[in-house]
Amino acid sequence: MTKEEIKTSLLDIISEIVPDEDVNNLEGEGAIREQIDLDSMDFLDIIMELRKRYKVEIPEDDYPKLASMNSSVEYLEPLLANK
Amino acid sequence: MSHYAKRIVITGIGLTAPNGNSLPEYRKNLLAGKAGIQKFQTRYMDEVLAGVCNFDVNKYQTKKETRRGTRAGSISIYCAHEAIKNARIESSKVDKSKIGIYLGITEHGNVETENEIHNIKQFDYDVKFWTHHHNPRTVANNPAGEVSLNMGISGPHYTIGAACAAGNCGIIQGAQMLLLNEVDLALVGGISESIHTFGIFASFKSQGALAFHENPHKACRPFDQKRNGIVVSEGGCIYTLERLEDALKRKAYIYGEVVSHAINSDAVDFVIPFGERQAECMELALFRGGISPEQIDILSSHATATPVGDIQEAKAIKKVFGKSSKTYVNNTKSFIGHTMGAAGALELAGNLPSFEDGLVHPTINLDNLDPECDIPLLVIKTPEKIKQVDYILNNSFGMLGINSVVIVKRYKK
Repeated sequence: MTKEEIKTSLLDIISEIVPDEDVNNLEGEGAIREQIDLDSMDFLDIIMELRKRYKVEIPEDDYPKLASMNSSVEYLEPLLANK
Repeated sequence: MSHYAKRIVITGIGLTAPNGNSLPEYRKNLLAGKAGIQKFQTRYMDEVLAGVCNFDVNKYQTKKETRRGTRAGSISIYCAHEAIKNARIESSKVDKSKIGIYLGITEHGNVETENEIHNIKQFDYDVKFWTHHHNPRTVANNPAGEVSLNMGISGPHYTIGAACAAGNCGIIQGAQMLLLNEVDLALVGGISESIHTFGIFASFKSQGALAFHENPHKACRPFDQKRNGIVVSEGGCIYTLERLEDALKRKAYIYGEVVSHAINSDAVDFVIPFGERQAECMELALFRGGISPEQIDILSSHATATPVGDIQEAKAIKKVFGKSSKTYVNNTKSFIGHTMGAAGALELAGNLPSFEDGLVHPTINLDNLDPECDIPLLVIKTPEKIKQVDYILNNSFGMLGINSVVIVKRYKK
């Protein structure tokens, strides 16, 4: 997957998890949780959805790397390179 | 005189039933003979019949709350808001730590458990794919807890697991907590999401107790010779209960006064009801309230349209009310099916407007009365107009032999 495809997929996942929020205005750099109403249970939903869709396992120690959109794409790019 | 140390009154009603999402709509349909049963698809089974509610889920909940919570939670939240609104209680003016939420449930957690097992099946039963939402969704207090979260109510919240007697038991629990001064306002009643679990249909089918009829509206036939079982339905009904003095202080409309109740156990069988103990339960509620059978104007029967159960209740009613020339008997399940944990509360609600209009809604689908269910003054097919309704007795019974009775009196100063 390209960076753009990963971003699109992430936004799709997040919009399903927080359907009341407009995710299109999410800025790349800021923490996602500070821009929209997304708590720890929602965050675990993102991890679960990535596991279901792409068979990606993200260790708990790496969760901070998924704080912003940009850092998430950066982190996921090598993991989703062949997806 | 009531055996309650303080007078407890009903001041608000919020409900969703398969034939109405508010008391006026529901009542109108009960008087018009309009049922609310439809064909329904459930996992692993051929088409079944069910009562489905169509209230606006997102009227009081965000989409995220709906997604995270349960159907039982959504039903509870809708009914709780509607009850508070109906009672004209301004939530900004009440101490939310003095509100209690006591909701009756038949079961809880089956829906989510079935869904998750179905979900992990596609991942070869790898439990890594089992959702972290499972526990908060399936804890037994979930429906009441979702109301607390949604409305910011910080008083006690829990559910009362009492099979199909649960709706009445929720009312009784709330009345008791008001009598103990544990709370100043009680949100009480019962709810059910049961149609979203295939297990309940499959189990009734295996038991030979699941209703079927070509015309869904005619499927639930209490006391009829051709009754063939239960129609499973979802629904909810929540009341605001208050001590009379508090209700009067805020000039609330009073639907009726809860004056007596009883709960007992058959102690006989897992599933087969026992009329003798049901009669004892009605007698105990009458005795505690100092009320004679002749004073009860409407008896709202529990009958679910199973061949065995209806006969047991008919026997019990005839034993207690056989000599009463005043007690009219009806059955609301014939319209809405069996709303399980909500049944007691919903069926009582359907009757409460009788204090105002003197009309007793009928039992529908009763084409040929089973001679073993020949209850005197059974209201059949069309409403009965009576001079004045002073007392309503509400029966609600459940599996494992739990019986419950609530008596509500016309409010008089």
